[in-house]
Amino acid sequence: MNTAPLILIALTTLATAAVAMAGRNLIHSALLLVASWAGIAAFYLWAGAEFVAFAQILIYVGGVSMVVLFAVLLTRNSRAELAISTDSLSRAVAALLAGGAVFGILVGAILRTPLTVSTPSAAAFNVRTLGLELMGTHAAALLIIGIILTVALLGAVVLAAPEPPEDAP
Amino acid sequence: MNAEPLAADAFLERLPLIARDMLTVWFPEPARWLLNSLLAIAAIIISFATLFSLLTLAERKILGRVQNRPGPNRTGLPFLPFTAGRIFGLGQPFADGIKMLTKEDIVPRAADQFLHFLAPVALLALSILTFAVIPFGRHLVPVELDAGVLYFFAAGAATELAIFMAGWASRNKFALLAAMRALAQLISYELPLLLSIVPVIMLAQSLSPTAIVTAQGALPHWYVCTPWGFAAFVIFFIAALAESNRSPFDLPEAESELIAGHLTEYSGFKYAIFFMAEYFGMCALSGMGVTLFLGGWQAPFSFLEFIPSYVWFGAKLLTLLLMFIWIRATFPRLRMDQLTRLAWKFLVPLALINLLTAAFWHHSHSWSTPLQLVRWAIAIFLVVCPFLWLGRALTQTFRPRTYRYA
Repeated sequence: MNTAPLILIALTTLATAAVAMAGRNLIHSALLLVASWAGIAAFYLWAGAEFVAFAQILIYVGGVSMVVLFAVLLTRNSRAELAISTDSLSRAVAALLAGGAVFGILVGAILRTPLTVSTPSAAAFNVRTLGLELMGTHAAALLIIGIILTVALLGAVVLAAPEPPEDAP
Repeated sequence: MNAEPLAADAFLERLPLIARDMLTVWFPEPARWLLNSLLAIAAIIISFATLFSLLTLAERKILGRVQNRPGPNRTGLPFLPFTAGRIFGLGQPFADGIKMLTKEDIVPRAADQFLHFLAPVALLALSILTFAVIPFGRHLVPVELDAGVLYFFAAGAATELAIFMAGWASRNKFALLAAMRALAQLISYELPLLLSIVPVIMLAQSLSPTAIVTAQGALPHWYVCTPWGFAAFVIFFIAALAESNRSPFDLPEAESELIAGHLTEYSGFKYAIFFMAEYFGMCALSGMGVTLFLGGWQAPFSFLEFIPSYVWFGAKLLTLLLMFIWIRATFPRLRMDQLTRLAWKFLVPLALINLLTAAFWHHSHSWSTPLQLVRWAIAIFLVVCPFLWLGRALTQTFRPRTYRYA
């Protein structure tokens, strides 16, 4: 497989993510984060997982990005660009420890997992087989996820619903 | 029944391919696929840019006629004697284009310069991307994708980001508020839009636009001619109106009241690009509607197959676009709360019920001939009753408005 596009995609994704983390302007950071998600979708495309790539764009670039942007705009109390600094030394150390621990656990889990390197039959894996797998073998998991998401959505609606207006048209 | 290979190989049917091959035959083989793709892109952009310019003129003329005035009729075509070239004001789009190109491009000093520039570019690029998977004819599919329908809506969903960029980068409270309003509308109508096409994907058992077109066949088998298909098409059309910011859902940029919304700080060619992107989005959504519900490039009757498929696609596309204009001329604008209520309380439940109707339709496929009548009756009942019931429940509290001080 051609690895040049992969390296380019990976560099772009990582660079946008890094700039998003270091940036002082929250909106710019959010938009760069969206660019980074799009980079992940490009990686899926490179790997031949068309369906996952388009779903990634549809859900992350189309949907989750809106949640992030709305959250940023609605919660920020000052328009001044934020200065990022640590509260105290102990908190910084604690944050580093916690982040490092999560990173260590993840890396350990990834390294421990026996990844059988085999060339999968890429031609056999298309949208149809994916759909059949989801609807057949993993139907129960799909249903449970669907129910959980529906409950979350209904809960959000109930929480966000205001009192009915006095002069409803 | 051997009309199929004949029609597929007819000279007119293959004409675009022949013309393309005549151009690319002069180039070496390795570069040919690249040239083919570039030619397809050029053809799409040129034809839809032309359609855009003529559509603006048609829209202004039709709106004028509906409002009992002539519309633009003065601008002549260039290089023709003055009065002879003045055919229906056909030169108006060119005059508009030159005006937009030569106008000053104003960027507010406080604006985020880069994002202010990027927003129209991103919007136009994303709306052109959506054309890639629409089958314009039997042999005219720019990109064959297994998950083409998903690709189409993924590219369409990303345009919301460009609208946010436009509103935020202008550093103007009206622009930002309008962008949020536009986003609320786009997100609300994304749901019925996607839900309305799910039955089509379920019954065609494919996400590929080409497969969906071939699954439909001639006229009585178009999806719009089934109860669930008709309901889905109506929901799709309403949601498409809202997604492309068309009247009666043109709240994001109601130019008469809301100082053009997120376009407040745009001028000159950037403003024109926003409009171009909006028309492109409208064309793309209409094209998708034709593909999913109206049989795509298929001729309505088999004896009409001598007319090439891309002509049929164009005719259906133009019909839908004229319906867009017709609706703009006849319906008053909705208020913001009415707009979101229509989406969440009416269209989304109807689209969900429509899924059940489509499932019933699919499973009653093998019923015997007399039972087909029962099948139709049940399906129509499943479509009409929720519509009436929901509509009545939602409008029950409404009374004719009383004007106490008028």
